[in-house]
Amino acid sequence: MTMQPLRRTTFGLLGAVAITALGALPAAAQAPAAGGASILDAIKARGTLVCGVNTGLAGFAQPDSQGVWRGFDVEYCRAISAAIFGDPNKVRYVPTTAQSRFTALQSGEVDVLARNTTWTLSRDTSLGLDFGGVNFYDGQGFMVKTSTGVKTAKELNGATICVQPGTTTEQNLTDWARANNVQFTPVVIERLEELVSAYASGRCDAYTTDVSGLAATRSSQPNPAEHTILPDVISKEPLGPLLRHGDQRFADLVRWVHYALVAAEEFGITQANVAQMAANDTRPEVQRMLGKNGGLGQMLGVPNEWAVNVIRATGNYGEIFARHLQPIGIQRGPNALWTTPGGQQYAMPFR
Amino acid sequence: MSQTATDPRHLRTPPKRQIRLTWADERVRAIVWQVLIVGAVIGVIWWLVRNTQHNLEVRRIATGFGFLNREAGLPIGEHLIEYTPASTYLRALTVGVLNTLKVAVVGIVLATTLGTVIGIARLSKNWLLSKIAAVYVELIRDVPLLLQLLFWYTILQGLPGPRQALNPVAGVFLSNRGLKLPFLDWQVAHSWALLAFVAGCFATWLYAKAMRRKQMQDGRPRPIWPAALGLLVGLPLVVWSLGGAPTAIDWPELRGFNFRGGMTISPEYFALLIGLTTYTAGFIAEIVRAGILAVPHGQWEAAQALGLRSSTVLRQIVLPQALRVIVPPMTSQYLNLTKNSSLAVAIGYQDIVSIANTTLNQTGQAIEGIAIIMAVYLTISLSISFFMNWYNSRIALVER
Repeated sequence: MTMQPLRRTTFGLLGAVAITALGALPAAAQAPAAGGASILDAIKARGTLVCGVNTGLAGFAQPDSQGVWRGFDVEYCRAISAAIFGDPNKVRYVPTTAQSRFTALQSGEVDVLARNTTWTLSRDTSLGLDFGGVNFYDGQGFMVKTSTGVKTAKELNGATICVQPGTTTEQNLTDWARANNVQFTPVVIERLEELVSAYASGRCDAYTTDVSGLAATRSSQPNPAEHTILPDVISKEPLGPLLRHGDQRFADLVRWVHYALVAAEEFGITQANVAQMAANDTRPEVQRMLGKNGGLGQMLGVPNEWAVNVIRATGNYGEIFARHLQPIGIQRGPNALWTTPGGQQYAMPFR
Repeated sequence: MSQTATDPRHLRTPPKRQIRLTWADERVRAIVWQVLIVGAVIGVIWWLVRNTQHNLEVRRIATGFGFLNREAGLPIGEHLIEYTPASTYLRALTVGVLNTLKVAVVGIVLATTLGTVIGIARLSKNWLLSKIAAVYVELIRDVPLLLQLLFWYTILQGLPGPRQALNPVAGVFLSNRGLKLPFLDWQVAHSWALLAFVAGCFATWLYAKAMRRKQMQDGRPRPIWPAALGLLVGLPLVVWSLGGAPTAIDWPELRGFNFRGGMTISPEYFALLIGLTTYTAGFIAEIVRAGILAVPHGQWEAAQALGLRSSTVLRQIVLPQALRVIVPPMTSQYLNLTKNSSLAVAIGYQDIVSIANTTLNQTGQAIEGIAIIMAVYLTISLSISFFMNWYNSRIALVER
């Protein structure tokens, strides 16, 4: 009988907790529906943009020695922030791994993912996600130690190849190997640092990822000349910012921030001359883009001078490319403007 | 069977109490609370499931296990069963489960052996031996397992490349691609011989049991080794000979980038196995030590007074009693080792977590992927618990 008082209090306490939980149910059930309505409004109310970036890839997203994030993808976060708030620094960066990125975006932990993500049909449909344009045309390649003397990818028959799991890279590799009858042993490590160290130590004969990623890795090696990027490109990797389904207005904004950056390069608008262009340029499309007339910003749900703010913050597409990617040895190639031969970067009309 | 022997006190039933529907009745209160709590738990679960379903639908995220039959396209380095990138996700996940079992089973056997040796060494009268064991336990126990795994993996990566591989014995190559050993060119006869060996193990166990029963009747010990030798060695040999006695051996040799042929123990597997074994052995050593110390010293003295050798004392008197203390915490260590094998992701060994992670990333079906991982670990862990509990009840103190 000495147990009785204890049991009674325990039951009482649990009961109280259960009733509280039950009482809270209807309120909680409403929350997800309300939160999913407008991502753009939520960002404005919060005052910051939450941007998912790479955990650290030279040229694309990497914190510098002061802990400030820098890189090509980071500039897109800054550009979107500038378009919404007029200030490129209202961004909170969330480093995501290849495997955590989609869940982070789906669950609403981040608003937009600017993280070397390849646009594929299954990602566009079954993940509940949308792509906001292509800001970088990439392709998958191989890097080997120069000392191996390998000249083309098909010579890699029998080789051990380092590859990151959970990416299109892994599937491209197997597709290519099957198509070309190449046998290989995979070494699959999730963390990029561990993977690169496995390649560098000779655990693998070759390392495969997007050519831009290979260039970034090569440039961060103690002696880049020891590594050769093979000429073969085995896949198409259109990379772009990724959004979740639910708010078309925010998707529109992200898409048009990219087009503004490309169009600015086309019109010769740079970080340095944007203020002067906004005031004096007489071309109608430039006037519309820079918010002098047409009210395009309003249509996007942001201030009319949004494009001026974006270009003042980051410069045009070419400037961003030159600042972050050319130093690590990536050429414009397919990412040149459509007006140059072979270029594919093309902005939709500002009208 | 006689009715007269019944104690009349047992026939009396306690008086029936009327349940009154009032808050003052203790039993009514208890029932109300229990119904409420069970209802609340069910309600929370139902709400979670509904909420998840609703959100998945709204975001148009695919659900269901249909993806298991789709082509996986994943490269997997180590597989115990036939696997190509054209195989299905189901097959890929099966490969992952087998890889997890491969490291867990071997790890448990090695950790138990190593841990027992170190635990006994720590109790040794030899000062140096006991101190070495103590330092080992303290060192291993106090460093996080993940760091130890990365340490072993880095060490193995420091080995020379395949062209400069260490070659201590003909046919054995040690390089940063792993350990290459010559291995039988596997034929059907080998499979049959292996099956015969397993059958031999079972037969030996039955034989030993029968002999023990006879010893219990007349007290005379009977040697079982002649029969064991016949069943464990003779029987497989006979089967192997009947199968044509194939002796071809697959020697590893350097061709192109890598060694071809023979058997490979990859650096990833090896690093994980060493890491898990040495780490868990540190804990097992302490459990074994505690178990042995829990046997009263009088038992040692009594056994020695009978003139038994100290190895016999340990084996026949002390260890059987120590096992009662050792087995329950040992179960936890086995479960820990199995679950810790999921750290394989960090060093690129493709266990179930690694493959399921990739799967959920390719298909985007995170809930299903995580559910599969949980189901696999739950099944393995419950099997270990079940077996260990059975073993524990078998060796529990039988009071006569």
